[in-house]
Amino acid sequence: MIPMVPKFPLAHMIDVALNWLTHNFSWLTQALSHGISAVIDVIITGLLWVPPWLLILIVAAIGWRAAGRRVGIFTALGLLFLWNLRLWQPTVETFTLVLISTLIAVAIGLPLGIAAALSKRTSRVVMPVLDFMQTMPAFVYLIPAIPFFGLGAVSASVATVIFSTPPTIRLTALGIQQVPSDLVEAADAFGSSPRQKLFKVQLPMAVPTIMAGINQTIMLALSMVVIAAMIGAGGLGGKVWQAIQRLEPGKGFESGIAIVILAMILDRVTQRIGRGSPAAGAH
Amino acid sequence: MAKIRIEKLTKIFGPRPKEGLRMLDAGKSNAEIREAGHAVGISDVSFEVEQGEFVVVMGLSGSGKSTLIRCLNRLNEPSRGHIYIDDEDITTYDHDQLLKLRQHKISMVFQHFALFPHRTVVDNAAYGLEIQGIEPEERRRRANEALELVGLKGWSDSYPSQLSGGMQQRVGLARALAVEPDILLMDEAFSALDPLIRRDMQHEMMLLQQRVKKTIVFITHDLDEALQVGDRIVLMKDGRVVQIGTPEDILKNPASAYVERFVENVDMSRVLTAQAVLQRARVLAFPGDGPRTALRKMNDDNYASLLVVERDYTLRGTISVEAASKAVQDGLKTIEPLIEETPSIPINEPLMSIIGILSEWRWLLPVVDENNKVLGVVTRAAVLTALAENTPDKTTSAEPESEPESEPERSDAA
Ligand SMILES: Nc1ncnc2c1ncn2[C@@H]1O[C@H](COP(=O)(O)OP(=O)(O)OP(=O)(O)O)[C@@H](O)[C@H]1O
Ligand SMILES: [Mg+2]
Repeated sequence: MIPMVPKFPLAHMIDVALNWLTHNFSWLTQALSHGISAVIDVIITGLLWVPPWLLILIVAAIGWRAAGRRVGIFTALGLLFLWNLRLWQPTVETFTLVLISTLIAVAIGLPLGIAAALSKRTSRVVMPVLDFMQTMPAFVYLIPAIPFFGLGAVSASVATVIFSTPPTIRLTALGIQQVPSDLVEAADAFGSSPRQKLFKVQLPMAVPTIMAGINQTIMLALSMVVIAAMIGAGGLGGKVWQAIQRLEPGKGFESGIAIVILAMILDRVTQRIGRGSPAAGAH
Repeated sequence: MAKIRIEKLTKIFGPRPKEGLRMLDAGKSNAEIREAGHAVGISDVSFEVEQGEFVVVMGLSGSGKSTLIRCLNRLNEPSRGHIYIDDEDITTYDHDQLLKLRQHKISMVFQHFALFPHRTVVDNAAYGLEIQGIEPEERRRRANEALELVGLKGWSDSYPSQLSGGMQQRVGLARALAVEPDILLMDEAFSALDPLIRRDMQHEMMLLQQRVKKTIVFITHDLDEALQVGDRIVLMKDGRVVQIGTPEDILKNPASAYVERFVENVDMSRVLTAQAVLQRARVLAFPGDGPRTALRKMNDDNYASLLVVERDYTLRGTISVEAASKAVQDGLKTIEPLIEETPSIPINEPLMSIIGILSEWRWLLPVVDENNKVLGVVTRAAVLTALAENTPDKTTSAEPESEPESEPERSDAA
């Protein structure tokens, strides 16, 4: 019986929809593409213009301030090692992509998370979409990104944003919902408007949770940026990709280890931001 | 004009309050209504609170105390009935009016402090002012004043987590006072404190009340606390008011077995005041009286001493029978030089402390008003009789009627 039922044309329908979108919105995606790629180029050029030792010093100092001496020292040593491996340029490229993607992800995720926390209806729409976005294998996002944005860094960052935004949305919503109800009530009792309540009580109290979400977003962004090398995003992922194609395990591991080091630095430094605030001690 | 007038206020929790109201009107019990998926918070509560009055709401857990107080600033939306504050019906207020009311007129002190952990003490105290849109400098100044009022000068820049429970509660109080509200709502504001700090806070609250006359609605589980601070007590049961009155009213004439069970075992000496044992001063001496006149006045009434007052009843002191006799022997013209300085008490002095004073002072103890004019006297005999009469007698108050109700909670600090 079952073989008789014709196949449901899911793939075809999605293709048609995407084609239609590409056709009608290419002016927008083209503009976006130009914009983003210009920004990416400027940042990469700028960072590469700074002498590596100076940049390493600055980043290590930031790490020290944000997360303590040990993280500062680790950051310095790790980056020096990457420089020594002659992987400085791909590291900067990867970092820039992560940075841009994270900024866009936060810019989208924060308001969405707030909206989901404050309105049940929004939450009912947003949360299943997030589940969908997160369960879908990451590669799949790359395919439609190409017709919209072409091969290269922009497609990579768009796919990365889609893949890495959910934790920021989720944890922003969670952080706001977790603010103890008696504090929200106290804010109400003094006649706070919903806006005042959000900015004076809910958001400040949610900072540690939101920062945890952003940290996750950064880590996901890094992993995606590496995968995105398949569509020409370059960077450290590009080196890995090259090594695979040329069957050079040594080079592959070299770049792989570089990615791990970069990941650890990003993780340690951003994990601590927001933890130092007094709200972090409360529950 | 009453400051707060509550009229037939009812609050039903649940998804369909209308249905709950209908069941209530049909005379269904709270339990039946609960079975149908609603909860009766309060039902048909009416009373008034005067300007400057300290009203205490008491009752067992679940009797609707919090619901009542939270209706007053509409943290709970009343299902039916009216609340008039300064003769305005706040149940009809729109969103903006409600925010104004909460910003300026009514403040709340919370049981578990509900301080903002991410703000310093002074920023906590200034929260209400910030919401009103007051400039940073002024709100800091006013918040600091409020902190000083509650004895937290110098703690402004600490965080709440660095303070003890008692101090945190005072920050909560300062936050409420800083906006200079007319009305303070306090939901078990002291119950999270240990007994000693709690006693201090009660004391400070009363001092504060004398300085800045607020209208206060105060919830407590603790009868001793209620008696200590309350001008009037509202007793609630199952969402309804069962009795309203001064502490003495309630203790002397409990309206029901429920109230009676609340009040038995109360230490009467802390509750009764000079009012209950006041006697008219039948004879008084005047500073210009001759010693013989004074002696005759004493003999007529069998007193060993007389109070001496001015013509306008301002207290001067006491003349004892020994002093008067000596004056006769020495041939003094008036008793004026022999007047002894005399302790006096206000009309609301608790019997407890009267007993203390009378153990040192053997003559008549004058009760005076705020202008030091004599209202009457208190004698040792009267105090002892009052205590004997008002000590609950187990054999008469333990009625056979037994409700399926748990014992009222009492303070463990006696
Ligand atoms: N948000 C709510 N939802 C449903 N029912 C509620 C809610 N708040 C209170 N109730 C019910 O209303 C009734 C009165 O509760 P309330 O909190 O006013 O009692 P209370 O006298 O303050 O008790 P306690 O001394 O324990 O604080 C209780 O039966 C309670 O179950
Ligand atoms: Mg309560």
